[in-house]
Amino acid sequence: MEPGRITENDAERLDRLFRSESARAIATLARIFGDLQRAEDAVQEAYIEALETWPSHGTPRNPAGWILSVARNRAIDLVRREQTASKKYELLARLESSAKADPMTNDETIEDDRLAMIFACAHPALAPETRVALTLRYAAGLTTEEIAAAFLVPLPTLAQRLVRAKRKIVQSGIPFSVPAPAQMPERLADVLAVAYLVFNEGYRTSQGGVLVRVDLCQDALHLTRTLVRLMPGEPELLGLHALMLFHHARRMTRVNERGEAAPLEEQDRERWDVVAIAQGRATLAEAARHRHPGPYQLQAAIAAAHATAPSWDATDWPAIKRAYDALYALDPSPVIELNRAVALAFSGEYDEAMRRIDALLDGPLAAYTSATIAKADLLRRAGELAEARRWFERALPSLASETERKIVERRIAECVSR
Amino acid sequence: MKYACLIYDDGVPTQDEAEQKQIHADYMALYQDGLKNGSIVVGEGLDRTDTATTVRVRDGKRSTTDGPFAETKEVLAGFFIVDVPTIDEALEFAARIPSAKWGSVEVRPLWSPGA
Repeated sequence: MEPGRITENDAERLDRLFRSESARAIATLARIFGDLQRAEDAVQEAYIEALETWPSHGTPRNPAGWILSVARNRAIDLVRREQTASKKYELLARLESSAKADPMTNDETIEDDRLAMIFACAHPALAPETRVALTLRYAAGLTTEEIAAAFLVPLPTLAQRLVRAKRKIVQSGIPFSVPAPAQMPERLADVLAVAYLVFNEGYRTSQGGVLVRVDLCQDALHLTRTLVRLMPGEPELLGLHALMLFHHARRMTRVNERGEAAPLEEQDRERWDVVAIAQGRATLAEAARHRHPGPYQLQAAIAAAHATAPSWDATDWPAIKRAYDALYALDPSPVIELNRAVALAFSGEYDEAMRRIDALLDGPLAAYTSATIAKADLLRRAGELAEARRWFERALPSLASETERKIVERRIAECVSR
Repeated sequence: MKYACLIYDDGVPTQDEAEQKQIHADYMALYQDGLKNGSIVVGEGLDRTDTATTVRVRDGKRSTTDGPFAETKEVLAGFFIVDVPTIDEALEFAARIPSAKWGSVEVRPLWSPGA
């Protein structure tokens, strides 16, 4: 960069670099303050200084370290000025000892700060949609604009949600810390739920044919990979990572050239991502070594059975059915019962499967479109086309996604013409 | 930080004697632990809602009515004030309150000026 003059390009590059390198400073300062807003304010002051010095003196060799040390000094100034703050001396002591610890050489502290941030963002005292927004903003590093666009929420609404969340964190005393071992399973489950929600939102969005700039699936995978690095040896975390990899491996074939949500049996398996599948298998095998199965590992096992079958006809349905049995034992929900019944039908027990699906449609899943479609599809396969058409038509009005509507319309046409 | 744990239930005590004894024992254990480690500032149970009297002052005039301020299915049955480091300990305390098993416990930080 030419000293003294910043072109628009330079400013944009500085902005991007600063944003990606400032996550660490925010995590460290948030932990000291117990307050995200104050951490961000201090980092914002460092940004102003970066604008003044980086173009003329050059970008520092270690931008993340530079941002942390400048932001921490600004934070110390800010705390000193706040004469009335009752926690002033405690905060100053913590800021100064953090500076002395030379965190640039202390990887463990950095990782701990990041983990503490992730657990605070996914805290059970926050509303689920707030957990997702906070995690994407402060753990995955998305901008407020990107999150609003990805979730089709107006920007002011999302900004307001983040402001309220940051206030609740401070006022209700939500800690920036890694939970104690006794609380870990429950708290980790909350973090995994957030990551999976983000992934599924990405999956759903791309199925809806909505063009969104942010690839939420990638963000969720990246977040999960970070978690695996920070907490190796958590079998359910590995299970979730494997599950995402198997789904992600099929991303290219989920919508066909006609713009329909492509049924698994029609997908071109040659186009599945073999690297992602191999990573998924290795990750799932590593999870299994802990001999502590859970819902994510079982769902990953089901996804693995599909991803590794050489063809639709060669799918190991009895293995899939067994995984659903185990899943149902852990979580006896109607949606799992539905999937279990479908696996049962493909394992050759059509009548029993249909009886179970009818029971679900008469009860808890009466208004659940996937159940209606599952029944219609089994009828179609059994050659009962008039009945199949009736059930496909029943599902049609409740389908919000264009790609799903298209495939159901094709099925209806097939039932008529045959 | 100080938190209020506000206990709500349907206001109808159980008639089962063994159950009453168990609830009493659980409350005593919670009290003893909380007093020993200093987390409980105060904790009290409230009498039935038909013993309540509600006071309002409007335009300087006091009105007094018989009964709770609102007739609802869930009523305030008691409260604890706890002083613990973070919300995690407050939530854990709340989960140990016996009434949480059939009613619910609202955990709210006490208001403090300048926070």
